[in-house]
Amino acid sequence: MYRYILKRILFLIPTILGVVFIIFFVLNLTPGNPGRSILGVSAPQEAVDQLNEELGYNDPLLVKYFNYLKNLVLNRSFGTSYFTGQAVADEVLPRFGVTLKLSTIGIIISTLVGVPLGILTAVKQYSIWDYVPSVLAFLLAAIPSFVLGMVLLFVFALKLNILPSYGLETWKCYIMPSLCMAIPITAFNVRFTKSSMLESIREDYIDTARAKGAKERTVIWKHALKNALLPVITNIGLNMGGLIMGAVVAERLFSVPGIGALIVDRIAYKDEPVIIAGTIVISITFTIIMLAVDIIYAFVDPRIRAKYTKVKG
Amino acid sequence: MSQNVTAANPAAMERVKFKKQSQAKEIWRRFRKNRGSMVGLIMLTIIVLALVFANLITSYDAATAQNLRIKLDPPSAEHWFGTDSYGRDLFARVLYGGRTSLSIAVLATLSSCVVGCALGAIAGYFGGKVDNIIMRGLDIFMSVPDILFTMAVVFALGASMVNLLIALTLAYFTNYVRLVRSQILSLSDLEYVEAARAGGAGSARIIMSHIFPNAMGVIIVNTTLNVAKIILYESTLSFLGLGMPPPQPEWGLILSEAREYMRSAPHMLLFPALAIVLTACSVNLIGDGLRDAMDPHLKS
Amino acid sequence: MNENNILEIKDLSVIYKTDLETVKAVNGINIAIKKKSTFGLVGETGAGKTTTARSIIRLLPSVGHVTSGTIEFEDRNLLELPEAEMRLFRGDKIAMVFQDPMTSLNPVMSVGDQIAETIKIHNPELDKAEVGRRVEATLAMVGILPSRKVEYPHQFSGGMKQRVIIAMALACEPQLLIADEPTTALDVTIQAQVLMMIKDLRDRLGTSMLMITHDLGIVAKICDDVGIMYAGEIVEAGTVQDIFEGKNHHPYTEGLFGSIPNLKSKAKRLNAIPGLMPDPTDLPEGCVFAERCKYAMELCHKVHPSVATSGTHQLCCHLFNADGSRKEKNHE
Repeated sequence: MYRYILKRILFLIPTILGVVFIIFFVLNLTPGNPGRSILGVSAPQEAVDQLNEELGYNDPLLVKYFNYLKNLVLNRSFGTSYFTGQAVADEVLPRFGVTLKLSTIGIIISTLVGVPLGILTAVKQYSIWDYVPSVLAFLLAAIPSFVLGMVLLFVFALKLNILPSYGLETWKCYIMPSLCMAIPITAFNVRFTKSSMLESIREDYIDTARAKGAKERTVIWKHALKNALLPVITNIGLNMGGLIMGAVVAERLFSVPGIGALIVDRIAYKDEPVIIAGTIVISITFTIIMLAVDIIYAFVDPRIRAKYTKVKG
Repeated sequence: MSQNVTAANPAAMERVKFKKQSQAKEIWRRFRKNRGSMVGLIMLTIIVLALVFANLITSYDAATAQNLRIKLDPPSAEHWFGTDSYGRDLFARVLYGGRTSLSIAVLATLSSCVVGCALGAIAGYFGGKVDNIIMRGLDIFMSVPDILFTMAVVFALGASMVNLLIALTLAYFTNYVRLVRSQILSLSDLEYVEAARAGGAGSARIIMSHIFPNAMGVIIVNTTLNVAKIILYESTLSFLGLGMPPPQPEWGLILSEAREYMRSAPHMLLFPALAIVLTACSVNLIGDGLRDAMDPHLKS
Repeated sequence: MNENNILEIKDLSVIYKTDLETVKAVNGINIAIKKKSTFGLVGETGAGKTTTARSIIRLLPSVGHVTSGTIEFEDRNLLELPEAEMRLFRGDKIAMVFQDPMTSLNPVMSVGDQIAETIKIHNPELDKAEVGRRVEATLAMVGILPSRKVEYPHQFSGGMKQRVIIAMALACEPQLLIADEPTTALDVTIQAQVLMMIKDLRDRLGTSMLMITHDLGIVAKICDDVGIMYAGEIVEAGTVQDIFEGKNHHPYTEGLFGSIPNLKSKAKRLNAIPGLMPDPTDLPEGCVFAERCKYAMELCHKVHPSVATSGTHQLCCHLFNADGSRKEKNHE
């Protein structure tokens, strides 16, 4: 079991190297350059070139890549922003904290609301407890999160004026952005959990359980649910991608100083160090969460658990 | 749904084709009975027809002609959806924006499907080292959350239709790879593939005529559902300023313009939002309907 | 109810009703299972055997409805019991083993826990230690190491899984065991083992059994009485001697025996019974087998045959008089 965990953690390293390389590679395919963006369109070319040279922008790709890694590992530094000249870490890390807070709230809401609701719709299929949440989930799955965000803004901030429309000063400020992120994922969880539950109930071992004389409640909660939750766990890990997108949108929409907004802003300035640092931080977190989900799954599903522990013949 | 014939026998292939046709008819029959799917189909047909024949309804100029005197007008007889902040007719913008959004979505879906399926087929069929490399590469690729990747690609290559398509393809091809690979892995062992090989069929033939038809059902359902997802994703990109550049109308773009004027002109938010939601809903209804039609849950 | 019988099914009819159609799965069958004996229910896929089994234990799917008949067990009509009472019977007095062992066990529960569940449901007063002992005893009974009770289903082979399932079914020593094609999904060599085990346990525990199968070989080895089912009806019934050694048979039974491949014969083709079972949503008038029967007369297509009885042997065919003797051939 621990070998499995160790193996997965070790795989993080090539993953990170790969991620950094991909980002460097993609960003370098582009026309623009930071010198021009910072000094402006009318600045003389020599000044631009000089600035680019100073920033190290003109070095070949691989040189930049290795320099970056060297800096990262030896100096524990993410470098300096081309745009603001400040240490990247000072900009990126606090914003990462903000995004992390919002995302955590988002995950908690979407899991604690979505999964039980999904179970409910499956267990009470064809009743009103099924139709209402299912239709709602269906509609919400067709609304992009920015539209959702704008509707929330419109209703709660503009018309009813009970929630603030930007910033993060009070706890109220957290409500709309996290809802904006959580709702589409909740809708997805409801539908996914429902179908997983329904599939589980149709399995043969449910017949066996009933033939034993088990109460229907036991059959559903003990037998069907345990099996249905397995794919749901994996699914929560997969939700992360959607969560990050939701974060980027919500931060833009609600003017929240998070890391998504930072990256989007700096892309225009080709501020490589910041973009790279931001992307790395997000990707690493993403990977760690997926790993955590996989490990939890391995513990919970006896079939996987058995693969990594002693197997009796 | 299994085919028990080698590719070399033409008469047998005829029988197989017939079987496939009647399977298709059966699926269509089940689809038709599902009210939700039919509603979705009708809605989508109406929407697509409106978009295709947009120039018969209004002209493209209406979508781009600015007339600051009538800016931010609410819906009226002349401007069904009202006007936007530049005085442009919102209805025309939504209609032409729909063309852009939908065509990008469909093209991106198709290209991600082709790329993903091809990769998945290679990984699944050849197995071993090739499979390993592809899957590990995929894992690393998927460690970068799509939106970041898309953002990087779009800004790296600039905002144009082709680049947007590339970015979207890269974001969505991964789910096909896993899908097709697992189909191949579970199907390769089946006896009819052994039989086909014994009959002399080559690898490509086996994949095309035996494995793909069985995987086709799942691929079609996923592709349909992906169209909806890509519509949403693509409009989000436009909203963030990473999509098609203005003044080309596009739903996400129209909505980003609406943001500042929500208080005074909520119609700017309402109509394009409705357009997106209705389109995505109808595609999802069709996708769900297809899935139910191909795999009825009745266990009689 | 005859006191020699453990189960009496009288005139049972079951339908499956969906929006599209109504499937007549079982049409007026009568079965009597004697105490401590094994009744074999034989027939092709789709004949209605599983439906009959599920009707006894009342685990029909929601689209299934019993439209007529009674099922008597211990002087009570099982079809009229409230669900809560029926549950007390399931697993305790009447147990069922389903067809596919690979999917009949819950993959995320240990084998021991699943067997313990049956015991605990019907003996709530027992303490953990006692339940544990019984679980181990049950496993030992089917030839599995008791220490394996902590293992999960995927760690057992197909044959072992079926043993576990049988163990689970017999854990509370039921009076009646319904086995729905318990060996069909297993390898031939394992089949024999499992069958022997079932036979042995049945003898030891004195359990009556309803064995559903399409394999006449199994019937010969293990059954005392037989019912041949076709398109929802029992076309022939009797003791195993009546069926295997008797002179008169229903044409369907003849076909079944005839289709068993004979290594010694020089025949080049297998003798299949031509045609297919009738569509259960659209059963023909008259005898259900008439379309495929090589002896079919005009009468067969119009009038449903009545049951001809000769001792323990019953036939439902126009070829026979009411006393079981063959009718004279009329030249028309």
